[in-house]
Amino acid sequence: MRTTDLLAFTWGAATGHRLRSALLVLAMSIGVAAVVTLTALGDGARRYVMREFSAIGTNLLIVLPGRNATGGVNAGSFVSATPRDLTVDDARALQRLPGVRAVAPIAVGTSELSAGGRLREGTMVMGTTADYLQVRRLQVGQGRFLPEDDWDRGAPVIVLGAKVRDELFGSENALGRFVRAGGRRLRVIGVMASSGSGLGMNTDEMAIVPAPLALALFNTNTLFRILIEARDRASLEPAKTRVAELLQARHEGEQDVTVITQDAVLATFDRLLGTLTLGVAGIAAISLAVAGILVMNVMLVAVTQRRAEIGLLKALGATGATIRNAFLAEAALLSAAGALSGYLLGVAGAAVLRQMYPEFPAYPPDWAVLAGLGTALVTGIVFGVMPARRAARLDPVQALSQR
Amino acid sequence: MPSGADVSSAAGTALIELAGIERVFMLGDSRVRALASVDLRIDAGEYVAVMGPSGSGKSTLLNVLGLLDRPDAGTYRFEGRDVTTLDANAQAHVRAHRIGFVFQSFHLVPRLTAAENIALPMVLAGVAARERAERVKQALRDFGLNDRSDHRPDQLSGGQRQRVAIARATVMRPALLLADEPTGNLDRATGDEVVRLLEALNAQGVTLVVVTHDKALGDRARRRVGMEDGAVRSDVAQPGAADTPAARDPSSIEPAAG
Repeated sequence: MRTTDLLAFTWGAATGHRLRSALLVLAMSIGVAAVVTLTALGDGARRYVMREFSAIGTNLLIVLPGRNATGGVNAGSFVSATPRDLTVDDARALQRLPGVRAVAPIAVGTSELSAGGRLREGTMVMGTTADYLQVRRLQVGQGRFLPEDDWDRGAPVIVLGAKVRDELFGSENALGRFVRAGGRRLRVIGVMASSGSGLGMNTDEMAIVPAPLALALFNTNTLFRILIEARDRASLEPAKTRVAELLQARHEGEQDVTVITQDAVLATFDRLLGTLTLGVAGIAAISLAVAGILVMNVMLVAVTQRRAEIGLLKALGATGATIRNAFLAEAALLSAAGALSGYLLGVAGAAVLRQMYPEFPAYPPDWAVLAGLGTALVTGIVFGVMPARRAARLDPVQALSQR
Repeated sequence: MPSGADVSSAAGTALIELAGIERVFMLGDSRVRALASVDLRIDAGEYVAVMGPSGSGKSTLLNVLGLLDRPDAGTYRFEGRDVTTLDANAQAHVRAHRIGFVFQSFHLVPRLTAAENIALPMVLAGVAARERAERVKQALRDFGLNDRSDHRPDQLSGGQRQRVAIARATVMRPALLLADEPTGNLDRATGDEVVRLLEALNAQGVTLVVVTHDKALGDRARRRVGMEDGAVRSDVAQPGAADTPAARDPSSIEPAAG
């Protein structure tokens, strides 16, 4: 049988059994589309987090209370008990170190905010200093940010996130009004610009107060973090050493804090989210396997249905090889069609995700696309050819008589 | 390779020589001898009807003759060559080039048009597209199917379908044409027309073996082989039986309407 004839015959067979071919292509494309879209989601999450972290500010050092032996971060470094307080004064002392541009202490807690009879429960309140704006590259929408150099007074002022402002004041002007938090009256001096993004920690739903005030509100002495921005990339590592040394000196020689660079955080998140992507890819692989089983079933039924045709072809002089080739070509054609349409579907799905969440870079990783397409083609062809091989080995009279 | 002496034959060269052919099927626990030590010689150009009640082994004989089924024992020489020992591919080659089949239920590929069905053996044998087109055109003309070339089997009448099947069986110009109850699914008039078509092909030199339990059809053959319980019980030559109605060119046969 000539190749062009084989292809024409195959095309006829595939389009002649419309429902079966459509089912097969559908199953295959759903599997591939699942792989492409889900890995785009997973990888998009990874990239998004990476980008968000980069946006916190470059050349960033993070001081955590508690000693972590490896110097990296793990789940424990976010929850571990604090052996010694990391204080506002510690943060203040760090300001004077060479190579340090800005220092922002961070204390967090949740509180109930109320204003003019409106109540907002469980609002995240963050205590920090004026430098926070610089370190996190944030914008104030209205009014101004926290006063400079408020390290120990703790002025009774508050800066609201855009959403918190809306919920407490509606359409009214918030600037100059008072908000009650933990029994204190705080004057609204500014409103953060809406960041718009919907994932992660978001200033829209936060209220920001001076760090000393926050510590008083939450009745604690210790900071959650200190963020330090180094002057440039080159001064990052020396600054890290100096910060560690200074804090050790201030804590009576105890190494009870952990200083990490943003790179370490990024690397950790990269690893964590890479694992997430793999997990998602695993789920997608299951859907692809299900698609493969569907393909197997459809092909099995197809070959069984067409045993009479196989018998006829043999009676007309087709060799076993010709019949195998015909089914191989058909399986390859259908799998390729399924894989391709699945790929397009998946890419379209990822595009829709990006359309819905413009800041979310949902692009499928290359390895996932290749693995998805490869698996689809291989399962389709293998499961298509296996039953055909069996049929091709039959004596023609057996094949002919089974209808 | 004429085998020479004893077999009585005026026509000359042997096309088919069966010796001690056995075919056994297992039906549940019981062994059924579908063919029991069959010896048969058919010369080139003969017109043979194989007759017998159902279960007599006549269809199995036809399948063995057409290399659709393998005998369990015995030798089958086709055109002087032992074909029982050929491998599957060589047998496929013989089927493709030397043997044509006509089935009771036509066995046309439903998704292919009449012309494509006729071309199928040539496609499988790798005949070039241009030559194929010419031969299909010729076949369509010969069998009165000119205006039906683009019709699919479900758009054709029974007689037309069988004519497509016969055109397909003969398009490779085989030496042997095997027909299994070729009129079984057709009414009398259409059946007669199909038989005349087959006989006309025989008159042109194709060896024709028809399996049937229709006595009227069997009586038309010049030689009638009667089978019973897997064995040949009678073998009667009746020279000239089919000469009168059908010794004509197939192209001159008028196709029945619809």
